Formats: sequence, C-alpha cells, structure tokens
Amino acid sequence: MSPPRLRTRKLDIRGGRVDLSHGAGGRASAQLIDEIFRAAFDNPFLDQGNDQAAFDVPAGRMVMSTDAYVIWPLFFPGGDIGSLAVHGTINDLAMAGAKPLHLAASYILEEGFPLADLQRIALSMARAASEAGVAIVTGDTKVVERGKADGVFITTTGIGMVPAGIDLSADRARPGDRVILSGSLGDHGVAVMSKRSHLGFETEILSDSAALGGLVADMVVACGPSIRLLRDPTRGGLAATLNEIAQASQCGFLIDEARIPVRPEVAAACELLGLDPLYVANEGKLVAVVAPDATDGLLAAMRAHKLGRAACVIGEVTADDRYFVVMTTAFGGGRIVDWLAGEQLPRIC
Amino acid sequence: MKYIDEYRDGGLARLISATIAREAQAGRQYKLMEFCGGHTHALSRYGIEDLLPPQVEMVHGPGCPVCVLPVGRIDDAIRLAMRPEVTLCTYADLMRVPASGGANLLKARAAGADIRMIYSSMDAVLVAEAEPARQVVFFAIGFETTTPATALAIRLADQKQLANFSVFCNHVLTPPAIRAILDVDHLPAGERVLVDGFVGPAHVSTVIGTSPYAALAAAFGKPVVVAGFEPLDVMQAILMLIRQVNEGRTEVENQYIRAVTPEGNLIAQREMAEIFELRDSFEWRGLGALPASALRLRNTYAKFDAERRFTIVPVPAADNPACECGDVLRGLKKPAACKLFGTVCSPQTPMGSCMVSPEGACAAHWTYGRFRDRVGAGAPRQAA
Repeated sequence: MSPPRLRTRKLDIRGGRVDLSHGAGGRASAQLIDEIFRAAFDNPFLDQGNDQAAFDVPAGRMVMSTDAYVIWPLFFPGGDIGSLAVHGTINDLAMAGAKPLHLAASYILEEGFPLADLQRIALSMARAASEAGVAIVTGDTKVVERGKADGVFITTTGIGMVPAGIDLSADRARPGDRVILSGSLGDHGVAVMSKRSHLGFETEILSDSAALGGLVADMVVACGPSIRLLRDPTRGGLAATLNEIAQASQCGFLIDEARIPVRPEVAAACELLGLDPLYVANEGKLVAVVAPDATDGLLAAMRAHKLGRAACVIGEVTADDRYFVVMTTAFGGGRIVDWLAGEQLPRIC
Repeated sequence: MKYIDEYRDGGLARLISATIAREAQAGRQYKLMEFCGGHTHALSRYGIEDLLPPQVEMVHGPGCPVCVLPVGRIDDAIRLAMRPEVTLCTYADLMRVPASGGANLLKARAAGADIRMIYSSMDAVLVAEAEPARQVVFFAIGFETTTPATALAIRLADQKQLANFSVFCNHVLTPPAIRAILDVDHLPAGERVLVDGFVGPAHVSTVIGTSPYAALAAAFGKPVVVAGFEPLDVMQAILMLIRQVNEGRTEVENQYIRAVTPEGNLIAQREMAEIFELRDSFEWRGLGALPASALRLRNTYAKFDAERRFTIVPVPAADNPACECGDVLRGLKKPAACKLFGTVCSPQTPMGSCMVSPEGACAAHWTYGRFRDRVGAGAPRQAA
C-alpha cells in the first residue's frame, strides 16, 4: 500500500504568482512541476518522476543542440516564448537533416511571475512539441529573486537522428551550388518589434515561428545526398546566415534581391524602422544550399510542403577568396550584404 | 510598398542609366558631389555606381550630421552623461562615434552613465516628464532637418514647465558647409576639391527651400540640383546636373518637387528662428571652424540650454592623427584611400566618425561597396 498523499490545495493558477518556494526543491516545487509542466507535457517519461529521461535510441548518427530563449515580449503575434523555445531547438536539429526526437526544457522564473502566464507558455510548448512529433522528456525549474530575470527564460536542448547517407554542414558549399530560401523574410522580427510599446505601431504581421522538421524530412527524402547544407536564418537574418556559410565554406555568394520574397507589410515596417529585411530574424524559414542539378527536384519537394510554398532560388555560391556576399539590387547595381555591425535592436529570440 | 517602390524601379533606373551614358560626353569628367549622407547611402545601398559611365564620378560631401560633429563635442556629451544626476537622451547612431581616448557613449553607458537611445526629440521630453528627479539632457545634432524637431521639444518642455529638461545643442547649417567646400581659391592646389556640380540636400531643403542655394550657385558658378533620397531621385538629379554642365548652366534646379518648394517650410523656419540664434563660429570635423554655421539657444530659452545649465567648458580634443575623415568629408579622399580603411578601421571598430553612421562615406563604402575595390572588379553578373 502506498503511503497516503499529503493533501494540498491546488495551485491558484488564475491569480497566483511564482514565489521563491517554487524553486526551492520542496513540495511547492513538485506541485508547480506537477500541475503546470507534467499536466501540459503529459508523457510517460515525465510520469516516471526521475531526474532524467531514459530511452533506447536506434543505431546511427545523433545530433544534439541547445538554445536559450529570452525574448521580450513573452507573447507576440503568431507565437510566444514557449512555442519559440520548441520550434527554435527543433529547427537547429532539423538543419542537420535530422528527425527531432526529444527535448529537455529548463526554466528560470522570476519571483512574482503570474502562474497563468506560465501555464499558457507550458501549454503552448506542449502544442508545439506535439505538432512536431517530439516529446519534452525532462526539465528543470529555478526561481530567482524579483529583478534578477525578466519573467521567464527558457533553455531547451534537443536530440535527433540523422538518416543514413545525409551529411549536412556549413563548410560544404561549393561554387556553382544554388541557394534556396523557403519563404518570405522578416516576419518574426517585425511581428515582435510591432509589439514593443515604444515603437507605437500596429500591424497584422504574425511571426513565422514554426517547426521545420517536417519540411526538412520531405527535402531529405527527395534529394538528401545533393543537399550540401541547411540553415535557419534566425538572429542576424539571411545576411548573417550567408556570411557564416561563406566563412565556413571559404566561398562567396551572389544573390538577386528581386527574387527574395518580403511581404509588403514587412517591407513597409522595415522602411519605417530603418531596418533591412535581410538582417531581420526569422523563426520558420530555412536556407538550403544544393548541388545545381538537384535544384529543381528540391524546389518541387519544398513547394509541396505547407512551410515551403514560397520556396525560390535566390542566388548561387561563387568562388571568392574574400568571402563576400554580393547582391544584385532590384535597382540594378551591386552591393555587399555584410555582417551586421553592432546590435541596436532589442532581444528577439 | 506604395509611394516607395515607384522610386526604386529597376526598369526606370536602366532607362535613366542609358540616357546618362548617352548624354555624358566622352573625354569629359563630371565630378559631382552629393552633399548629404542620405544620398551617399542611396548611391551605395542600391549600387548606383554600377549604373553610371566612367566619366561620371560621385564625390561624397560633408552632409552626414554624425560625421561632422567634432570629437570635442562627443567628449562633452560623455562628461555630461557621467554626471550622476544626468540622463542623456540620444539618437542611436551617436552611440558608437569615437571620442577621445577610445571612449564612446556605448562604453560610457556600460560604465554606468544613464544614456537612453530615443527615436524622437519628443521622447526626451516624455522621459523628463516621467522622471522629474533626473536631469534629462537631449543630445541634439543634425542639419536643418532635425532642428525644427528640437525646437518643438523645447517649446513643449516650456509649456509643461519642465525644470529638468535641457538640450545640448549641436545643430549646424547647410549653406555655410557648401560654401566651405566651394570656397577653395585661398587653398593650395592639393587641398582643393573641384566639383562640377552638387546634388543638393533632400530633407534639409524641405525645411529651408531651394532659394538659399541660389547665391552659392551664382557666386561659385556651380549647378545645384536638389534631390530626394530615393535611388531614382539621385539618378535623375545626376542626369539634370550633366545636362546643366553640358549646356554651361549654373542654376538651382529642384528634382524633389514632391517635397521641396523654393521658400521651404515657413512654419518650421519661424519656429527655429524663435528658439535658436547663430553662433559666431562652430568647429566642424573636416571643415574646421566655420563662422555663422551653427545654432545655439536664444537667451529667452537659456534655461533649456545644457551648455549653460551645466557650464560645459570645452576641452580641446584632436582626431586620431592617422584618421583621414577630414579629407573624406571634404571630398579630397575616397574612403578606400585612407590608410586605416579596412585595416584598423571598420564599422566594428571605427576610428573615425565616417565609419560609424550608415550615412558616413566610409561606412557606406565598407558596408555596400568594397567588393569593387579589387582592381578590375566590375559590376556583379546576374545570379544563375
């Protein structure tokens, strides 16, 4: 016979707030984890109540990635810190061509954070994970004094399995390879910035935050070995992504501005804020570098998936010992798309 | 994007480019100075250089407000910001401008100074209103474009009777700067910039109109075409200047008729005249001390003048001796000809102000144009 459970009052999720006892490792911590996280994530790994998750893995190549999320505001059009923390790490796994399997989630909560918001974030994470076919199998919660954090910070770590024969890496781009972009640029960054009160404008722009595992799986099936590399252009946007690849592969890029999709609302907001959409963050887009003869096949596979409908070729890899990303402007001249110098924008991921 | 895309149309650009190529006479050089950093930025950002024939050369002018601010004024602003009672409100592009001894506002903030980046002069007034215990100083810079906004902020602070708001005024005037560029007869030959015409200021001219340029065009025999900041504006202005040069005309023409009138914005001018008066002289980076070239607050508004409220005593400060911003600002040197360009000076580690602001000639060339620097490098071909 199991010992009788001590009867405690349920968490007051509607009106309650996180306090220091929720991170102290005692009964209050256990109750918070039970009623918010275990209830939302609902899987047998968590139900075992261990400090770790144990599972069998198939033979093969495994990838692992971790990312911290400190976005403000926590809730923004098209997503929140919870869905972002799931999508972001899944996407980092998927960019290796991997099928994402499991996530771990770690929370730093600020004393006084509303439990209702925490539950909303947990449910959003659960939804995002279930849609992507992954489970949040283990986690950790810490509470810090008021003022020592900003509401909630989330770190997620994920593992995934790479199908046999797939080898994607930033140093694999070769001159002549084509560059494919999966859709329009800038939606996430502009959606987040539109919520910042001091910028004082309203738009209908939604973040593109999405898990790209499904799209990548289709791409890998269609032309896996011909894909050189995948990258999701998050912080720093397409510009940072292409410059990183150029450095790693010791090559250049020549892209064509007229082919890069940017939604008119996003372009208008960027114009107003003095931003270049090439540098604005995305959370549901990917860049693929692919061998030239596989371009059409890959494009077709991408366009057949709902997250790749607007996929298009935006340029090619060049031989350039200065590793420049050069763009033919829609106006007709040439320019460099350089690394961003400094950071004047608030946190967006 | 309505009302924007029309001015960035690649088809029209090719058309004007072909006309320029046809009308610019072979064997003749057209050295044209774009006054404003906004024009410099448009030229680089859209790759307009690739659309001009070799005999048309664009020379960058001094019209970048961040660039012409001398080091000493940044030092003053940092000293102000380090005072414990002061909150310094500034436009973001000033944050990284190098001051003496490797300092800048960003580092001052990290060292504890209360420095806030704002988007509008009015935001500084709101900060002062919301935080009455702080002495809020607005770091006002810019040509006639931003001056009316500073004037309005002062008027608003006056109406709200804010005792904790003041302005560190660094507003400068465009016509004296153009005069300084053109008035070269007294200079040794190597110091003279001989331009054949000016792409005249865009936003400045919406405030002051086109008439102030007439005396300059007449006195120095150079055509001026006031142009907007969109790339097609710049292209069209270049064509208009080439036509004036070809026909021997030295007129002030207005390409930017959708925003600029001959007399300018009279309300803004009245507001500026009410609140500001001319300084006897003001130090410009690159151009030196220019008489009657900058503004300060009138005595009536002295209580909002940070220079008087905090008795700022200017300390002489010299630019980094190796930095050639001065020659770049006068059009004597191209950015890439500076020894520091791309070696120790880049937007990540700027040695001079021209490498900081996106409107600065060095930053624009580094960010957008330096792929052309290799000998024989032409316009990029079309991507496959």
